[in-house]
Amino acid sequence: MRHDHLVTTKQLSREDIEEVLDRAAEIDADPAAFADRHPTALLGLCFFEPSTRTKMSFETAIKRLGGDTVDMGSVESSSVKKGESLADTARVVEGYADALVLRHPSQGAAKMVGDFVDVPLLNAGDGAGHHPTQTLLDLYTIREAAGLDDLTVGIMGDLKYGRTVHSLAHALTNFDADQHFVSPESLKLPRSVRYDLHESGANVREHTDLEAVLPSLDVLYVTRIQRERFPDENEYQEIAGEYGIDLETLEDASDDLTVMHPLPRVDEIAPEVDDTEYANYFEQAHNGVPVRMALLDLMLEAQE
Amino acid sequence: MSDHELRVSKIRNGTVIDHIRAGQALNVLAILGIDGSGDETVSVGMNVPSDRMSHKDIVKVEGRELSQDEVDVLSLIAPESTINIIREYEVAEKQHLERPDRVVGVLSCPNHNCITNADEPVETKFDVLADGVRCEYCETIVRDDIAAHISVE
Ligand SMILES: [Zn+2]
Repeated sequence: MRHDHLVTTKQLSREDIEEVLDRAAEIDADPAAFADRHPTALLGLCFFEPSTRTKMSFETAIKRLGGDTVDMGSVESSSVKKGESLADTARVVEGYADALVLRHPSQGAAKMVGDFVDVPLLNAGDGAGHHPTQTLLDLYTIREAAGLDDLTVGIMGDLKYGRTVHSLAHALTNFDADQHFVSPESLKLPRSVRYDLHESGANVREHTDLEAVLPSLDVLYVTRIQRERFPDENEYQEIAGEYGIDLETLEDASDDLTVMHPLPRVDEIAPEVDDTEYANYFEQAHNGVPVRMALLDLMLEAQE
Repeated sequence: MSDHELRVSKIRNGTVIDHIRAGQALNVLAILGIDGSGDETVSVGMNVPSDRMSHKDIVKVEGRELSQDEVDVLSLIAPESTINIIREYEVAEKQHLERPDRVVGVLSCPNHNCITNADEPVETKFDVLADGVRCEYCETIVRDDIAAHISVE
């Protein structure tokens, strides 16, 4: 990793990605060997919106490397409530920690904080923007299941607001991957993501229906359609029902299909899929720890 | 420029922005931060007949030469305009408009959820694309009516 901060997957080359995934594989193979890698490291957790899992995943990762966390706590109980700017909060926490993790509801928050702090910064989600560490664990999971070349990936659900989708789409442009985007008309990829994919020459197609494309997929990445995006409950029910999968949907899928989901799911994937060979989403969630350990290890190593 | 226009408002030292697309003069004033509260003498011609473009706007500012930042933003809003720097009643320089790679601190981001619209110590930065501009923070692309996002006070 040649970068001080990880703000978006757009900054990552194929080489960068492989370095992280390779390190994660080493960690996976022998976690004990990494137990004392960074015994004095303190990771600053700045979560401006609640995300128990992502936060726990980072906490686990730094502790398994021998380090610890300092946590700014919930926004309600912090000085943010008193009107302190994000830039100021970040600069204060920077004084306590060796690296920062930021989750923030505003798009571009991580890019801005990156301009203010010198310790490594990891973007753990900025509004509908990016979520690069999620993407790295997604890629790790895809590599384990299907390899990263000669790949046909379907990404389905809320493509407009889904930051995990945006980050994954950018990252996949580094590989020999065909990308099929499946969503209702109202939740198609935003203009800016489409612009970047076009600029990078990615092989991209958009669909409103999964059916036609399903048989050709190696990976189906399902995301949640959020109820609050729809003013009308009926409209939500209709769309959500259409962009979920169950055993019947998967009848036409290739036997090797890998189904993924960044979790939490609501009812996009019927529980009956969980026990099939297709299901890979819990594995995917577990991969968060070794991948975040790998990232932290590489970034802290570069600082030493 | 016809004699008639020159008679209207000949300036001694300053800037004449000519060949502004008709209807854009007020946006040009906004970019220059001119709202009448300063002490510059400003004349504005709107919908003036023009040989080259049928109708055009023209802005003349006494006692003020444009900064590069101002010229950069003008090139986005009024790319076909020409800028003449006047010294002692003569055209001393003609500035050509070139699209900049980025514009800093002059446009506001239309995305309400963008960090540049929160109360943070950060200037807006937009990359200039072939057919629009793009926020460097939230990546929102603005293609139509860029003038509506001018945030110059
Ligand atoms: Zn923005």
